[in-house]
Amino acid sequence: MSRLSRLFISRWGPLITGVVVGILAPVLATLGNPGNMGICVACFTRDIAGALGLHRAAPVQYIRPEIIGFVLGALIAALLFREFRPRTGSAPLVRFFLGMFSIIGALVFLGCPWRAYLRLAAGDWNAIPGILGLVVGIVIGVLFLKQGYSLGRTRPAPAAVGWIMPVLMLGLLALLLAAPLFGRSAEGEPIGPIFFSTSGPGSQAAPIAIALAAGLLIGFLAQRSRFCTVGAVRDLILTRDPHLFNGIVALVIAGFLTSLALGLFQPGFEGQPVAHTNGLWNFGGMVLAGLAFTLAGGCPGRQVFMSGEGDADAGVFVLGMLVGAGVAHTFNLASSPAGPSIYGPAGVVVGLIFCVLVGLTMREPAST
Amino acid sequence: MNATILVDASGLSCPQPVLLTRQALRAHPGAAIAVLVDTGTSRDNVARLAEREGYQVVVEERPEGGYRLVLRP
Repeated sequence: MSRLSRLFISRWGPLITGVVVGILAPVLATLGNPGNMGICVACFTRDIAGALGLHRAAPVQYIRPEIIGFVLGALIAALLFREFRPRTGSAPLVRFFLGMFSIIGALVFLGCPWRAYLRLAAGDWNAIPGILGLVVGIVIGVLFLKQGYSLGRTRPAPAAVGWIMPVLMLGLLALLLAAPLFGRSAEGEPIGPIFFSTSGPGSQAAPIAIALAAGLLIGFLAQRSRFCTVGAVRDLILTRDPHLFNGIVALVIAGFLTSLALGLFQPGFEGQPVAHTNGLWNFGGMVLAGLAFTLAGGCPGRQVFMSGEGDADAGVFVLGMLVGAGVAHTFNLASSPAGPSIYGPAGVVVGLIFCVLVGLTMREPAST
Repeated sequence: MNATILVDASGLSCPQPVLLTRQALRAHPGAAIAVLVDTGTSRDNVARLAEREGYQVVVEERPEGGYRLVLRP
């Protein structure tokens, strides 16, 4: 066990996790998940929000087992390796809004950083302005960090605090399997929630058991290796540390080779699955997402994994993403394959203003 | 322990424990530095930074939870 533990903490950890994600994501897409969306933390959170009725965009409603697996896989790893540490108290309300605005930015681009790298690996060149935007967002976040930006300290919390997110995931799993209909139409007929898309990306899904198993495996590996698609770029800029960045390189190479092998590699800008070609807002959406993730301390996947190892503030961020996904669709901020929506750019600007104000005002005195 | 410089990075989000440690290493070159962190992630990140900077790292688990790292040049 300790040898395995050391392996994942070593520089092999992020590499192995990146390879596993790079292989599993295109495989999940082949098994039913939407194109170039074998795994997408933002899109899948948005689908869950839709299934729960937090938005009513009919094509994107499904309780994605991968997210449930991410939390529970991270929980299992944290318990096994004695790293389950219930904690909270680091500006949870600020983190909630960072979660909200991060997913609004991601849904203007149509994907989280994970999907941006996976889209690149599969030949969707629209990912390039998205990734450039992500890097710019992270650079802005790094500037704030260098000025002493901090959301303050967490404190140890009772065990129950750390169990809320894992138990919530078990609840989601029960709702996925039982698919109850809580709502009633004007005629008194049972309707969702729970909503499941009958067409569009939300209707495209790998079998539940496989998706859950893939999520559990990735959650486990990512908890051990601290895999983070935003920390990767941040650490490279801030401390010239390539530890996490190697994981991203591994993800893109493994994703490219797997996409090629499965016949999914399709280079170009036009006609890419669940993507639009507006470079400006692919860029702009991800500037917001990259900044919000950096200010919160990690990418959406990392937030999900940390919520499984007891970090209740990361759990609040994830719930912010869930609500933000609802807002993104009900307020018509999220893009569609046709392009950005009319209010999407305004949503990005509001989010950027929020993030810059947070970056400028949140400080903790140095403790050395 | 004759570590005189203490960096308390417990409870801080990534990458602040690493930034505070680097700040202390630069402010006190050649000194031994003790760093308090609360998660395995911060422990590993601080240890990796210190090793890259040529320090020897000793990790102790704290009875109240978390870790104390002693970094020696």
